[in-house]
Amino acid sequence: MSASYVLLGLLARGPMHGYELKHAYDQRLPRAKPLAFGQVYSTLGRLERDGLVTQAGQDQAGGPERTTFAITGEGRAALEAWLSDVEAPAPYVTSALLSKVVVALLVADPARATEYLSAQQQAHTTRMRELTRLKSDQDLTVGDHIAVDYALTHLDADLRWLQSALHRVADLHREVRS
Amino acid sequence: MSPILTARDVTKTFGVQPALRGVDLDLHEGEIVAVRGRSGCGKSTLLHCLSGIIRPDGGQVHFRGERLDDTGEAHRSELRRTRFGVLLQHGHLVAELTAAENVALPLLLGGGSRRAALAAAATWLGRLGVAEAAEQIPGRLSGGQSQRVALARAMVTQPEVLFADEPTGALDSLAGELVMQLLTRVAREQGTAVVVVTHDATIAAYAERELVLRDGAVDPTGLGVAVGTGA
Ligand SMILES: Nc1ncnc2c1ncn2[C@@H]1O[C@H](COP(=O)(O)OP(=O)(O)O)[C@@H](O)[C@H]1O
Ligand SMILES: [Mg+2]
Repeated sequence: MSASYVLLGLLARGPMHGYELKHAYDQRLPRAKPLAFGQVYSTLGRLERDGLVTQAGQDQAGGPERTTFAITGEGRAALEAWLSDVEAPAPYVTSALLSKVVVALLVADPARATEYLSAQQQAHTTRMRELTRLKSDQDLTVGDHIAVDYALTHLDADLRWLQSALHRVADLHREVRS
Repeated sequence: MSPILTARDVTKTFGVQPALRGVDLDLHEGEIVAVRGRSGCGKSTLLHCLSGIIRPDGGQVHFRGERLDDTGEAHRSELRRTRFGVLLQHGHLVAELTAAENVALPLLLGGGSRRAALAAAATWLGRLGVAEAAEQIPGRLSGGQSQRVALARAMVTQPEVLFADEPTGALDSLAGELVMQLLTRVAREQGTAVVVVTHDATIAAYAERELVLRDGAVDPTGLGVAVGTGA
């Protein structure tokens, strides 16, 4: 799971408490699925068990949230290996959006298809507007920007793909009729 | 509140080719509207009819209750200079003038003093983050800087409506993002209504709503193409 590597990446910059880690994580990946405290500790537990992090002391106050964790040599090696490992481009396209658009364009009657595709495009456009509004927020961190761009770029790709699918089908009908 | 700019059943034909086939649009005070659609669907022609650059063949365009489509060129060009701002894909800055002089130009043409016009230009260049470009000629500016200077020139008269036609079409995505952020920010601060023509969904997303054209008519589905009929 990539959350554990994000935690290792944060610890590579210096030892931290679980509590600090949670905040550093949320700050760097602000629009990612938020990490629950429980998940931070269970992940740290697993990393410790695997020898990738180690306890590096307790604060005065004590308690589990005051245990400082540090990355180990093995942890650095694991992080390095993960970073070197190129993400495989998905070999198959699997998406509910693809299935629905194919059904709408190739199977459903035109009126029904138009209704769905129009609503889908509207939903994407509305979300893109919300995200764009966020980007104009002056206090956005670089992490925020990167995550918002990720979402926006993917929504834009969906829309471009939808447009070319619509035009391909329209062209096909035009050819068939002429 | 009543709209400041309206188009009713606007048509325009070039030769035998209809470019607009009865377009309606209401633009409200301070509103930002995107006009989208595939290339050739009539976006630029609509913008030209709305801003009085060309006269439609049929229908009506009103700006603050005044009919634009049947008034003469002199009056329309006066309106364009004083109450409208225009930003095109390529800034069309005057190559021989500095950025500051380019921005001051609309005020000078309106009879303003050189001193006041250059002061206003400096203010606008500063607001758009290109103060350092003031004394440069356009040939020495990057694409993003040029568009910000052109935006300053479009806004320096504090127009009531800004018409932008593919304003980021020649820029890379980060420069385009900056231009759109500045454009929408200053428009909101000034209460300027904006009509922005674009084929790009990421640019249209800066608007509050969008109008999609298909073959010269408003497409209520927003898809810009008929589904499965070949139209
Ligand atoms: N000045 C002109 N003379 C002849 N045809 C034109 C002229 N301007 C636009 N057209 C035609 O009108 C249609 C709409 O053009 P335009 O408004 O520029 O589309 P868009 O901006 O959406 O790409 C196109 O078919 C285009 O070729
Ligand atoms: Mg155009």
